Amino acid sequence: MDKSVSPQNSLVSVRHLTFTRGDTKIFDDISMEFERGKITAIMGPSGTGKTTLLKLIGGQLFPNQGIINIDNKNVHQLRRADLYSLRKRMGMLFQSGALLTDMNVYDNVAFPLREHTHLPESMIRTLVLMKLQAVGLRGARNLMPNELSGGMARRVALARAIALDPMMIMYDEPFTGQDPISKGALVHLIKSLNNTLGLTSIMVSHDVQETTAIADYIYVISGGKIVGQGTPQEIKQSSSEWVQQFMTGTADGPVHFHYPAKDYVDDLLSSGKRY
Amino acid sequence: MIEFLQLLGKSTRASFTKLGRASFFLIQIVSGIASVLPRPRLLLKQMYSVGVLSFLIITISGLFVGMVLGLQGYYTLSDFGAEETLGVMVAASLVRELGPVVSALLFAGRAGSALTAEIGLMKATEQLSGMEMMAVDPIKRIISPRFLAGLLSMPLLAALFSAVGIIGGQLVGSGLLGVDEGAYWSQMQANIDFQDDIINGVLKSLVFGFVTSWIALFEGYDSIPTSEGVSRATTRTVVNSAFSILGLDFILTALMFGDD
Repeated sequence: MDKSVSPQNSLVSVRHLTFTRGDTKIFDDISMEFERGKITAIMGPSGTGKTTLLKLIGGQLFPNQGIINIDNKNVHQLRRADLYSLRKRMGMLFQSGALLTDMNVYDNVAFPLREHTHLPESMIRTLVLMKLQAVGLRGARNLMPNELSGGMARRVALARAIALDPMMIMYDEPFTGQDPISKGALVHLIKSLNNTLGLTSIMVSHDVQETTAIADYIYVISGGKIVGQGTPQEIKQSSSEWVQQFMTGTADGPVHFHYPAKDYVDDLLSSGKRY
Repeated sequence: MIEFLQLLGKSTRASFTKLGRASFFLIQIVSGIASVLPRPRLLLKQMYSVGVLSFLIITISGLFVGMVLGLQGYYTLSDFGAEETLGVMVAASLVRELGPVVSALLFAGRAGSALTAEIGLMKATEQLSGMEMMAVDPIKRIISPRFLAGLLSMPLLAALFSAVGIIGGQLVGSGLLGVDEGAYWSQMQANIDFQDDIINGVLKSLVFGFVTSWIALFEGYDSIPTSEGVSRATTRTVVNSAFSILGLDFILTALMFGDD
């Protein structure tokens, strides 16, 4: 168990989580703590189920074993209405942005406010413009989602995620596929929103440089297990071969370059069969 | 042989599982309708896209079907010297049968496929998932309004189809072939029954609207969220809707007109 994060101060705790999809074990008895007011990152190669973990935390998927507590409530034992009221206090930034394509930027950000509050339009306008100003896109309010660049779409989605002033926010691969300027803008935004709004952030990412720059604590997962954890400094100095391969981006190591296959020479010489 | 049986068992089980999912989905949709009623704007927007945007295809098809009925009916009836009853024949065929059925088939092709593709793509681009995470139930916000819009639009479109078809039959019958215009309308008035013909026709189209919207929305919601998955789901919507419409039409006709 992790020593530096005390369970008392954690907003989200994952305990002995096991999750399987078909015959594949995505998570095998993992435990994590996400401290209030901090940015905690989950790192690992693509396909290790990082997005699945966020969906488990959000209550969209059910674990095979283990519990996930948010603010001392077991997410998977809540009634539907309670789960929905908990979700109003959680923001999630999807990798694609997940903006509603039939609405413009303004209406997308106003969407959760209109659905969940009975505020007058004038107040919604003020709130939407404040959120858009925070992500630097107040001037883009009339654009449609298909007119936005990937980075802009993610910033709009971020404005939408903070529209209801949540207590926590989950970022799914926020830096993937972004140009350096957008990456820089997102790094700055995630950090500053976390500090100014007092949010608890959970960030899933495989971008080493950006993540280590802003995370307070990092979990590295692979093959369903936690292979390393600690502050960015500790992770960088980790003695684990696996963590080192991931952090330095070496092509071959504990994670093999080749997908498991039968012997190369045998494979080439076995004629006749296509597969 | 064993392999064949295994395959048969597997596909039967898969179909029943799917039917179960679809039934559960229907229960969710219907219980979501209550939350649509206080927000008529959601419904109106969907009625525009499934109903109003199908207006042109329904009108033009109705006109041509009516004109063909006028021609065919005239040639058959005139053999018996009964061309005066052309109006009855055209109206009865349209109101009882062709109006509900053909407009439902067109509706499945025009609006049903669009619904499946829209929902499937919303799923593929994580919009539905995103809504769930914003504590907005996508069934209530997205699916139920579309279902209700389909259900209400279908009888209106079928009525439009029949009305335009009757005018088309008259254009050909009296305009081109010389059937007396007064006879065309008065025979129709005297012989088409409100309860037996018109109400039954409306009931048929309500059933078709229900089934087509259900299939279209379920296929979209249940689709595999990739471009291939959405394209297959769209095809299934049109094929399954067509089968259901034609099969149900036979059953409904037997039930409604069997006693005559």
